[in-house]
Amino acid sequence: MSEVMVKKKNNTVNKASKREENSFGLQKEKANHIIEVNDLNLWYGSDQALYEVNMDVPEKQVTAIIGPSGCGKSTFLKTLNRMVEMVPVVKTSGSIKYRDQEIFNRKYKQEYLRTKVGMVFQKPNPFPKSVYDNVAYGPRIHGIKKKEILDQIVEKSLKGAAIWDELKDRLHENAYGLSGGQQQRVCIARALAVEPDVILMDEPTSALDPISTAKVEELVQELKEKYSIIIVTHNMQQAARISDKTAFFLNGELIEFADTDHLFQNPQDKRTEDYITGRFG
Amino acid sequence: MSIRIHFEEELENLKKQIQELALDAKESLDEAIRVLYKGDVEAAKKVIENDTLMDRKEEKVNDDAILMLAKQQPVASDLRRIIIAIKISSDLERMADHSTNIAKATIHLGEHHGIDVDPELREMGVIAMDMVDLAMKAFEYEDISLAKKLAEMDDQIDRRYGMVVKEMLELTAINPEQIQHIMQMAYVARYIERFADHITNIGESIFYLVKGKTYDLNK
Repeated sequence: MSEVMVKKKNNTVNKASKREENSFGLQKEKANHIIEVNDLNLWYGSDQALYEVNMDVPEKQVTAIIGPSGCGKSTFLKTLNRMVEMVPVVKTSGSIKYRDQEIFNRKYKQEYLRTKVGMVFQKPNPFPKSVYDNVAYGPRIHGIKKKEILDQIVEKSLKGAAIWDELKDRLHENAYGLSGGQQQRVCIARALAVEPDVILMDEPTSALDPISTAKVEELVQELKEKYSIIIVTHNMQQAARISDKTAFFLNGELIEFADTDHLFQNPQDKRTEDYITGRFG
Repeated sequence: MSIRIHFEEELENLKKQIQELALDAKESLDEAIRVLYKGDVEAAKKVIENDTLMDRKEEKVNDDAILMLAKQQPVASDLRRIIIAIKISSDLERMADHSTNIAKATIHLGEHHGIDVDPELREMGVIAMDMVDLAMKAFEYEDISLAKKLAEMDDQIDRRYGMVVKEMLELTAINPEQIQHIMQMAYVARYIERFADHITNIGESIFYLVKGKTYDLNK
């Protein structure tokens, strides 16, 4: 059985890494884990938002996170690059390792983490600058000044975000003048420009029309060849279409984490079944 | 309390259509066998006519199911429920085709064929009809223990089918002039046996619905 049932406050959690089997019960090649989360708890002041989350994120795969509003999925995502700590009252316990390094360690450099673990948000948020300057922004901050190198990075990043052909003649136009779908792909290009390892996406298509959504979904499929992607989505079919693994969160708990094919065909937990079939009431 | 009331109603409606089709399939077999024993050619024609109605009903199940797949984009047990509706309706339609074949055999035999219809065929028919009832109970309550019993009953039918074929072979040796008629009887036995196989398939669909995995009850 490939399903991984996750138990709250239970140290004997069965992780995906330990039971990698497909639906025929055959052993699959074990995926490397780029991020390992162990016993993660998180509080906003006195309100606990995450409970004993244990989850191993596979490398160069798409991991979808689903769950109703307020279940902690966005909080969890923002914890992975410590962005959540921008909220002053946040407290955490437990461990998150990125490439075997503990990110909660005081000596761990947040800037490095946020370079390696990039983020794309729900609403496209380009800077009020040209397409070129948006994408070159990160590399410039990292001290790259030579125009020819920046040119290369901008081209490579826009190609990586599958928008180079559309924008190569409009590089110096203001990004605000682009369509929502184009803006979102420019934001993805901006995230790619600093050469990340992991891309966190928080409902990246919820503000886009179906065509732009399809383009971003196609892009996600291409990006996973080079990057590990974690995507929070309210669109169940999107999770089913584009992800390799899916995690279902409810009330701050990770209820089920399994191969996407399996989770959408035959979930093991009744709560997962009720949620994905739209019977939460 | 579910928040997808309309979808639930559509699923319930699909279930009712399947139950109705099952009842039709059972009645078609009952009638086909009754007509066979009576040698009633006119009534046999009526059995064949009714099959067209069943074909329409099966199409309706398929149309409704496809529309639900497109509109509701179901997953998990909802998806399995719709998939098995398509499969079960196809099995039921095939079952009715076998009843039609029995009716055609009756027409072939004609009204005065002069040989006795083997009582074993009636027994096989009774078991097959009991299997339909059991399958529909398993379907209604999503009960795999009942679905499993279908395999045992199918084994009984298979054994009886073997016996009938053996008897028919012996009969051809004694009555070579009746070989055409005897062959028709053997065909009827075969049609009932195939009818029962489709009910076993329904049992497998119920397994798939409940467990999310495929099972072979015919093994």
